[in-house]
Amino acid sequence: MKNLLILGAGTGGTIMANKMHKLLSREEWQITIIDNYKTHYYQPGFLFIPFGMYSREDVVKPKVNFLPPGVRVIFQEIDRIDAPGNHVILKDGVSLKYDFLIIATGARVVPEDTPGLQGPLWHKRIFDFYTIEGAMALAGFFKTWQGGELVLNIADIPIKCPVAPLEFVMFADAFFVERGLRNKVNITYVTPMSGAFTKPVASKVLGTLLEEKNIHIIPDFYLERVDNERKMLISYDEREIPFDCLVTVPVHKGDPMVGRSGLADEMDFVKTHKHTLQSDQFSNIFVIGDAGNFPTSKAGSVAHFQAGILAENLMCAIENRPLTGSSDGHSNCYIETGFGKGAVIDFNYDTEPLPGAFPFPGIGPFGLLKETRTNHYGKLMFRWIYWHILLKGKEMPIDSKMTMAGKKM
Amino acid sequence: MAQKIIAGVTVDVTEEGYFTNPAQWTKELAMQIGIEENIQLSDKHFEILYFIRERFVKGEALTIRSIGNSGIIDIKGFYGLFPGAPMKKAAKIAGIPKPASCV
Repeated sequence: MKNLLILGAGTGGTIMANKMHKLLSREEWQITIIDNYKTHYYQPGFLFIPFGMYSREDVVKPKVNFLPPGVRVIFQEIDRIDAPGNHVILKDGVSLKYDFLIIATGARVVPEDTPGLQGPLWHKRIFDFYTIEGAMALAGFFKTWQGGELVLNIADIPIKCPVAPLEFVMFADAFFVERGLRNKVNITYVTPMSGAFTKPVASKVLGTLLEEKNIHIIPDFYLERVDNERKMLISYDEREIPFDCLVTVPVHKGDPMVGRSGLADEMDFVKTHKHTLQSDQFSNIFVIGDAGNFPTSKAGSVAHFQAGILAENLMCAIENRPLTGSSDGHSNCYIETGFGKGAVIDFNYDTEPLPGAFPFPGIGPFGLLKETRTNHYGKLMFRWIYWHILLKGKEMPIDSKMTMAGKKM
Repeated sequence: MAQKIIAGVTVDVTEEGYFTNPAQWTKELAMQIGIEENIQLSDKHFEILYFIRERFVKGEALTIRSIGNSGIIDIKGFYGLFPGAPMKKAAKIAGIPKPASCV
């Protein structure tokens, strides 16, 4: 019996377990998936929690619900990967041998990396919404807040979802308008990027949208520390921004376990070939999603589109053929813009988000880079698609690679 | 694709002035671009520029934090050497495309 080990049962790992379960002979292969936690979080749903649109129950389900029978599941912390020896060692000392390994251990937010972020104001005036705890705490705060300086800050990139911070401020605009408090809430978007989004066309469209909603953008701000006493953000070049409520997107890092195992860069992201998804160092190790050092966002969408390529390349490697799959970094996301509307963007390593129709050229139904009601319903529908189709590795009418059809240059 | 003549040499650049072919880069060109950006390049600057080029060749993501973790300089020092937007300025002077880690 040969062994395929998958580390991490999040979006990427779960999709791969489902895909490989279909592709590999059950007589010859044992698939094992290992994760520290039993709960699967629908992370795109965290955005909706602070505004009371989703509750905790809307975004959690047991991980085992999404794994096929026949795949062995181990819930335990992983101590390290012994890559030269082809073994994974668990916290309790048990050592698991593998023929092939998929690393899907993800990225995490590291607020402790920024001095002052987790100071006395943490989860009182300073909140993150990329964790369930942060999103819930912020929901509680917003219920009684009477207004002031609302500052959203991205500490550094890459982050799990590059559009969620934009959606957050647009939701906040709508939320406080509806509560009759908008004239008391000043919303500021503070980013280390040079605009609302780095890619020029999308940055212009989204930047204009923020302006229309009276949301101020402060670009090129690279956070060094937070002064809790003076309620002040301070950048490395000593610029200061005051806040009454700070919503932070903290620095992201990979799993320290892959760092300990000597497979990662200094941010604990696994060093991976961006097209083949194979580890730079070991040919029987593959990487998916935000665990890797791919030069793109840490979004689940990236993992989803990589999955088809990874399944193809893993089969090539297993059958001793040259790797034929090549990931182009394809990603697409719905962007909530508030008041029941949304936008959609579709892009890859080389092509920036452009206007047009998606996924069917000329038809849509979704409009790229423009605000429509259909786009908003697409995002709401996506939660169902995520649980029922995407995680199970089923086919969707969108190719792994990006297409230029339907896009306007 | 635009071209630009720097110190008498024609190089391929984007509209924003980033090299599209990092192989065309030389130390002399860097000195000249530095002057355009109001930066007099020192050995420390070049240590960083070589680090950036090396990471780019390996296809690894480049961020201000990765420079800060390089062991060459801390983030504050990086801001001191390339004031304003250090990663963008350093990438431009190092002759690599605009860092694409930013989506």
